[in-house]
Amino acid sequence: MANTQTAEQLEQTFQQRIDAEDKIEPKDWMPDKYRKNLIRQMSQHAHSEVIGMQPEGNWITRAPSLHRKAVLLAKVQDEGGHGLYLYSSAETLGISREELTESLHNGSAKYASIFNYPTLTWADIGAIGWLVDGAAIVNQVSLQRTSYGPYARGMVRICKEESFHQRQGYHIMMTLAKGSDAQKEMAQDAVNRFWWPSLMMFGPHDADSVHSAQSMKWKIKRQSNDELRQKFVDQTVKQAQVIGLTLPDPDLAWNEESGHYDFGEIDWDEFKRSMTGGGPCSRQRVAHHVEAHEEGAWVRDAMTAYETKKRASKEQAA
Amino acid sequence: MSDHMQLFEVFIRSRRGLDHKHVGSLHAEDHAQALEYARDVYTRRSEGVSIWVVNSSDIVASQEEDCDSFYDPLDDKPYRHATHYKLPAEVDNM
Repeated sequence: MANTQTAEQLEQTFQQRIDAEDKIEPKDWMPDKYRKNLIRQMSQHAHSEVIGMQPEGNWITRAPSLHRKAVLLAKVQDEGGHGLYLYSSAETLGISREELTESLHNGSAKYASIFNYPTLTWADIGAIGWLVDGAAIVNQVSLQRTSYGPYARGMVRICKEESFHQRQGYHIMMTLAKGSDAQKEMAQDAVNRFWWPSLMMFGPHDADSVHSAQSMKWKIKRQSNDELRQKFVDQTVKQAQVIGLTLPDPDLAWNEESGHYDFGEIDWDEFKRSMTGGGPCSRQRVAHHVEAHEEGAWVRDAMTAYETKKRASKEQAA
Repeated sequence: MSDHMQLFEVFIRSRRGLDHKHVGSLHAEDHAQALEYARDVYTRRSEGVSIWVVNSSDIVASQEEDCDSFYDPLDDKPYRHATHYKLPAEVDNM
């Protein structure tokens, strides 16, 4: 019966399902643009997890204590796992891992521009956990209700693990802020550098966002970029106050009327620059990924060779 | 006759958005038949919207006795849990 439906009817059923808060599952009919839009967003999300391992990995060998080092290792390992959850969810849409990797390497797929900034001091690891993961969580909590089943389920799993990431980051900042003057200064400096890029993580203003309207209609996105950004600002101001750090925005002020914090305008030129490969470490991040991928080729080859050999000897025995 | 029939494991998605969950197993000649049997046996009261059947012989499982080598390292890493980090009460809902 389903075969005789026109494209229009199929699309109608699809939208009704979404409007009724039902999830779309891999084998359901879906508009081509829904599929493409999801692949774009999910692969961008997956790439961000994996590229994000680089700025943090930078400090594993120089963590200030064995404990902090073990924690950082565990966190970076989690990020790799999150990338894997997301890649496999994206693959349920009919794209291969090889294609996904290739589009990261040739620059056609994006990742969160924040990972194009360098991690200059140990405090940057604290700032990334607290602010960058904090911003990611706000986004990901919202995405637990996204309309595509495998993506939503992946988000639930990720959110559960992500909470430790933010808390360990905040714990680093809290400890530094209570330390010597130099340590406190280091913490403040990291906040100064990571605050604005964290706000940029939510993407362009709703009015300027190319994909937003359609994504909201299809419930791929559940809350708009600006709504999520506001939520992040509102929750972070208090967290900064508690440990005596300031957020580098002279326009940041409580607005009694709206019940939210007002904040200054983001430097969108900087955002575009960083997003399109002009960030301080953009080239290095992708080049490193390409290098790791190419240097790992022999492992993949060896696994295939071993499989082939095993199969051959099994056939011979049979 | 039943000697020849393969064993299948049955997984059911009770509602859109939820994972398929293992509900039991059955014997059938092939996948198509297993799917029909699963429908008859496991979804008589609209328990599901989607069924998976998998050859039981295709399932590779870890053994509980392997726990030590498989899971042991996780027990001494309490710092993987959010509760490990003691934060001031005002921000503890982080």
